[in-house]
Amino acid sequence: MYQFPTSIRAAGACLILMAGFAQTVHAAEPKAPTGQELAFDNRKGNCLACHAIPGDSKAVTSTNIAPPLISMKERFPDRVKLYAQLWDASRTNTDSLMPPFGKHKILSDDEINKVVDYIYGL
Amino acid sequence: MKQLIWIMSCLGWLAVSANAQATPEDHRLQVVNAVQKLYPAIKFEDYVHGALAFSADAKDQYDAIMAFPPYDSEIEKGAKLWATPFKNGKRYADCFPQAGKNVVGNYPLFDAATKKVVTFEMALNQCRTANGEAPYKHGDMNTMGLLTAYARTLSDGMKMNIKVEGQDALAAFEAGQRFFHQRRGQLNFSCAGCHINHVGNVLRTEYLSMAPGQATHWPAFRGGDYALFTLQRRYAACNQMVRLAPLEIGGEEYNNLEYYHSYLSNGLPLKASVFRK
Repeated sequence: MYQFPTSIRAAGACLILMAGFAQTVHAAEPKAPTGQELAFDNRKGNCLACHAIPGDSKAVTSTNIAPPLISMKERFPDRVKLYAQLWDASRTNTDSLMPPFGKHKILSDDEINKVVDYIYGL
Repeated sequence: MKQLIWIMSCLGWLAVSANAQATPEDHRLQVVNAVQKLYPAIKFEDYVHGALAFSADAKDQYDAIMAFPPYDSEIEKGAKLWATPFKNGKRYADCFPQAGKNVVGNYPLFDAATKKVVTFEMALNQCRTANGEAPYKHGDMNTMGLLTAYARTLSDGMKMNIKVEGQDALAAFEAGQRFFHQRRGQLNFSCAGCHINHVGNVLRTEYLSMAPGQATHWPAFRGGDYALFTLQRRYAACNQMVRLAPLEIGGEEYNNLEYYHSYLSNGLPLKASVFRK
């Protein structure tokens, strides 16, 4: 059976390794999710579990648990209050079902801000 | 006027003390009445269907699957486990009244001697050890799960009949009640938050079932692959969903929870080995 010279084999192995490495590097830098993606993702914000978002046609849900996310700027003229609501809703309503996204580190500070930006535009 | 104030304050105290001594039965009726008030069109006996009671389509799908359950061969395996004699020649049927027919509705029961809740699964294991066999692991669906998938069908139609008698039993009931109502996990949900306070609401795409009735239809074959779930395996899965490390299946916390949870289903008929989404 024909054998490749050692140098060619080494170069081939090197190329394969490099390809693998390049792929790993590529996979390690996924596109950061947008506020909308974080809001929809059931492992992240999962807002759609409890809130309808009538202003976004991509927001598919049948929920009727919590108020729909509409007119957010009118309802929360102070953006800080909306952020605080996501951080720990039980501070304003002890019976609230809403998970404390900041307090329990379900979302990072940066992620909460992205979600707030997204729903603030609704 | 003074007299009126006295009378009113006495009435107030009576109300407070009555509330402090609310019995398990008062509590159950309060939970059931709240559901009946919200959904007068849903019959009490249909609470056994849980979320299916809110969706005719989902109920139709359930009925179609239940007409020819694709997991019948699994129940057969359980029947074989149930019928196979132990090494000493005795059988499970010898450990229960009526050879194990119409007994499951009495479980979990409270054993005053050991001061512990005894689930049906524990009773099956007690039967094994009393006859020289090693106990099954409560979380092992290939042994305990399959065995209950058949053994519980022998009580189909029996009404749940959980008793809370005496201070120790009441303490176990109240421990289960606290578990049901306490927020847990990273997502900070309690069982009651959804299944008492938001019954019939839709969580993204799924209706939230009412707590009464939930304990009647176990084990269940769930999802597209008909995975076998005992009630306590379901508790563990629920805890995982709220991002809490699941507790021990067959452990005291889940046993007390099952005691309280089953009590809420009192008066409702059992049916084992059903399909659930």
